[in-house]
Amino acid sequence: MRGLRAMFDTSANKKLVEVDGLKMYFPIYTGLLRRHTGNVKAVDGVSFDILEGETLGLVGESGCGKSTCGRAILRLYEPTAGSIKIDGEEIANVGFDKLRKMRPTMQMVFQDPQASLNPRMTVAAIIGEPLSEHSGKSRSDQLDRIYELMDAVGLNRDFANRYPHEFSGGQRQRIGIARALALNPKFIVCDEPIAALDVSIQAQVVNLLEDLQKQFGLTYLFISHDLSMVRHIADRVAVMYLGKVVELAPREDLYADPLHPYTKALLSAVPEPDPVAHDNANRTILQGDVPSPSNPPEGCNFCTRCPSVMDICRKIDPEFREVRPGRFVACHLLNDTKMPADPTAAVEA
Amino acid sequence: MLTYTIRRLLLAIPTLLFISFIIFLIVKLSPSDPTAGLPLTIPPEVREQIRESLGVNQPVFVQYFRWLQLMVWNEPLHLIEGWTGWNVAPESTTRIISYQTRSPVMDLIMQRMPQTLWVVGISYIVGIIIALPIGIISAYRQYSWFDQLGTFISMLGFSVPTFFTGVLFIVIFAVNLGWFPSVYDTTHVVTDWDSFIVQLKQIIMPVMVLGLFNASQISRFMRASMLDNLNQDYVRTARAKGLTEKVVVLVHVLRNSLIPVVTVIALNVPAVFGGAIITEQVFKVNGIGQLLIIAIQSGDVPTVQTVSFIFAVLIVLFNLIADVLYGVLDPRIRYD
Repeated sequence: MRGLRAMFDTSANKKLVEVDGLKMYFPIYTGLLRRHTGNVKAVDGVSFDILEGETLGLVGESGCGKSTCGRAILRLYEPTAGSIKIDGEEIANVGFDKLRKMRPTMQMVFQDPQASLNPRMTVAAIIGEPLSEHSGKSRSDQLDRIYELMDAVGLNRDFANRYPHEFSGGQRQRIGIARALALNPKFIVCDEPIAALDVSIQAQVVNLLEDLQKQFGLTYLFISHDLSMVRHIADRVAVMYLGKVVELAPREDLYADPLHPYTKALLSAVPEPDPVAHDNANRTILQGDVPSPSNPPEGCNFCTRCPSVMDICRKIDPEFREVRPGRFVACHLLNDTKMPADPTAAVEA
Repeated sequence: MLTYTIRRLLLAIPTLLFISFIIFLIVKLSPSDPTAGLPLTIPPEVREQIRESLGVNQPVFVQYFRWLQLMVWNEPLHLIEGWTGWNVAPESTTRIISYQTRSPVMDLIMQRMPQTLWVVGISYIVGIIIALPIGIISAYRQYSWFDQLGTFISMLGFSVPTFFTGVLFIVIFAVNLGWFPSVYDTTHVVTDWDSFIVQLKQIIMPVMVLGLFNASQISRFMRASMLDNLNQDYVRTARAKGLTEKVVVLVHVLRNSLIPVVTVIALNVPAVFGGAIITEQVFKVNGIGQLLIIAIQSGDVPTVQTVSFIFAVLIVLFNLIADVLYGVLDPRIRYD
């Protein structure tokens, strides 16, 4: 992380979001007495920064902790450890009232546009609730703002008094986006905002998000498992596996030359539209299943499925470090320096 | 909504006719004799004459249609006359007469309805007032000691019948401690502070016995419904909006959770009119429940039939009200 800081401190953009060593463990209670016997390590020591105005893509397969990470960053969960700074303010351990006052800066667009809208509230009430809670505007000013937001996301103003169930999936997601925008946030976590939508609608919503980013200077953390969509929208991409970020790189570099074996496997799984190229594709097919996040393997989390696993991988967890300018990887393969391995471990192996 | 309600009301007519016929058959075909309760010294010929005069020897269908005619035509006429004073029901219009008391069944019901509504109705309201906060807190602090205690007490209230808790209350509070009377005196009139205290003392035990029973049921519903909603995504959205926890729980979650609870409460209202047959008996409240039990014991067909029919009407009516309430409260449900 030091390297990243050093590198971007010189650049024009300042860091809006700084996540350092974020851990989110969910306790497991078992047995007759419901004793605390372990943790599901959904997010296990994640560090990254997001610059003002950029989009950081966060990709990974189902259950790798992407959404949990996004929610923990906004303190929708109570993080187990780590520090989260948004716009220079530490939010990982502030009190509830202070956090509530900071909510307008950071918002979230949720995955399921149907379930994330209160079914008993009209569109105007859903979008307007944050305004009456935080802005202290008069009713007519609030209504003006609601109409303004509905225009911004391309919803007809006549729909203001309808209920969420009367809309299509794409329209509901627009409501969710309008709601997130209501208080002029700086940072928005988009938690798989297009996963529940038709392909034809996905492009519309992504384009809308891009337009809004330009218009309002927003910063996104874009969580998705759709690699091609992330390639389209993100400036930099972080790849997660089993609660950890394994690779973080600028978009073009990551897609052109993935460094981590997991990123390679993930990218080789993207469908190829050209039939000739499809047949000749040299795919890396991973064997086995993702280990349980309640009992991750010793050493590197990916060592159970890695095609180029080495002995050291089963002993020591690789450090997440900058291997080339702007490119961060956690893998022993790229540690060109001498292994700092425990000599006894090497002998045993 | 209006067309839906009207259609449902029209559909209720054949339902109710069918129910009334089934009730009539069950009561009529059961081996009970309206003269069985009379003194044994009455000779058989006289008994036969009594039966003849009551009309019990006529064919079942004739008796049924006779009752139906009285129920849906003559009785409403009397009711209208009683309310408005119009002379629509002349003296000759016959009414449904109880075999036991030889007085119109409707008059018996009207005499007993206030006691039942007062005691059972208050216990229902008390039950709801106790149940809702318990359900809400139990769900919000799921698996806390409060929740565990609430679950334990409501399981107890659910599984222990009221004739047991009623007698237990009498033994503890009336016999041993002597705090409250064991019998509910319906002739007591509240005129001043002291008589109000007497009323309060005598009503407290039946109300608590029934109230705890109702509360344990409704609090379970409230808890389950709150838990359903607390884990919904829109609750996370509400938190992300930066609302206070009070607003999140009491506005977003509670309003959505109340939909099924309100309908359950509406569905149980007919039971209030029906009275609590057993609890009324235990505390000697002479309400509808007690009227029904005595009528069944003495083979008083018109009374049993009429009281049961009124219950059936109330149940059908409150089912409709519950459905309409659903439509009013939940914007996703529209009948048209």
